[in-house]
Amino acid sequence: MPFERTEAALDVAGVGHSFGPRRALDDCSFVVPAGAVTALVGRNGAGKSTLLRAAAGLLRPDRGRVRVFGEVAGDASLPAIGYVGQHAPLYPMLTVAQTLALGGRLNPRWDAAYARRLADDAALPSGARVGTLAPGRRARLALVMALAKRPGLLLLDEPLAPLDPVARTEVTGALMAEVAGRGTTVVLSSHVVADIDGVCDRVVVLADGRVRLAADVDQALATHLVAVGAGSEVGALDGTAIVEARAVGRDATALVRSAEPVGSLAWHRPTLEELLLGYLRAPGPEPERKVTLA
Amino acid sequence: MIFRIDRRTGTAVYVQLVQQVRQAIRMGRLTPGDQLPTAREVSEDAGINPNTVLKAYRELEVAGLVEARQGSGTFVREHLAPLPDNLGRLRRELAAWAARARAAGLDVTDMQALVAEVAAGTVPGAGEARRAV
Repeated sequence: MPFERTEAALDVAGVGHSFGPRRALDDCSFVVPAGAVTALVGRNGAGKSTLLRAAAGLLRPDRGRVRVFGEVAGDASLPAIGYVGQHAPLYPMLTVAQTLALGGRLNPRWDAAYARRLADDAALPSGARVGTLAPGRRARLALVMALAKRPGLLLLDEPLAPLDPVARTEVTGALMAEVAGRGTTVVLSSHVVADIDGVCDRVVVLADGRVRLAADVDQALATHLVAVGAGSEVGALDGTAIVEARAVGRDATALVRSAEPVGSLAWHRPTLEELLLGYLRAPGPEPERKVTLA
Repeated sequence: MIFRIDRRTGTAVYVQLVQQVRQAIRMGRLTPGDQLPTAREVSEDAGINPNTVLKAYRELEVAGLVEARQGSGTFVREHLAPLPDNLGRLRRELAAWAARARAAGLDVTDMQALVAEVAAGTVPGAGEARRAV
């Protein structure tokens, strides 16, 4: 199933935003190709939720612009977007069936048959009040609501965080079936690397409101390496290529942007975890800098 | 064919898919002509990106183990090198060895390391980790 990857589903250009004195996003730019599954990775407070809200058109950023399938994010782009925030806006007093009926009234592109099937797959009892559902079930219902809109772009803020391991597999299964079946573009935020491997084609690493890495996962893994050696050897590396370096006693290890071996150091290709940790730990604002190691 | 993905091992998911198909073919659980599940089926069952499944299948195809037939799916190739007749005996010998190794205090990881090292012999460049010269 070759997906069309030419059109940008999401185009974030120079986006900056502040909450009072606190700068949440700073000159963020990246593109999400249509049909891709992208992980938005960052520590708590890195700006993931703010960025997703801007992409969903729920927050107008102070600077820069966000486009969704070519449209400026806002009212015009809303029908194309399925957004599930961390606090799913569901009404606790409504039953599952009433919630789905409400979705049908509020969304012009609502697919009622699909909503019912997804709710059945998720074993959501139609007569149960939303407020009585376990957190995992509630998260499933929020996802059903987003999917039944038949969105072209799905924005999910930590969709797996409230889920137990079984529900996690079920939800990723439902998501990936959607991707395989309809080529839906997905952007999901997470800070659990294990949730990303094999799920996401692309990754955007956010730290202190800035984009540190925006890349195809396979390509990023093939163009970085982890060099291991004596601190003096690692310290002698070209500083501009070093993403992050750490010294433990006389040994040092560095994540290096390079497809080729560097110097005479032992090296291996990073695992996804090593790659992401390297970028998450990289000192800001720019990873390009000379490191000095003992 | 049901894939079991372990997300804690650190082994990339597509590598796990490749290894499990190889293993199933080697052990005779998959035989020539058998169809692999579609990328969509694996995506839904195991929660894996369809592109990751296709990447694994492409690698198996390049290795000559499976073939993609236009419009109908991915199948285990005919005329694979036949399993040796004495596979059962080799397996029993290994089981006896594993029992001795366990008695000697080795755990599974120790045994795997030992087998990998012996099997690799002195061949350099096995795996993509080495000391550059």
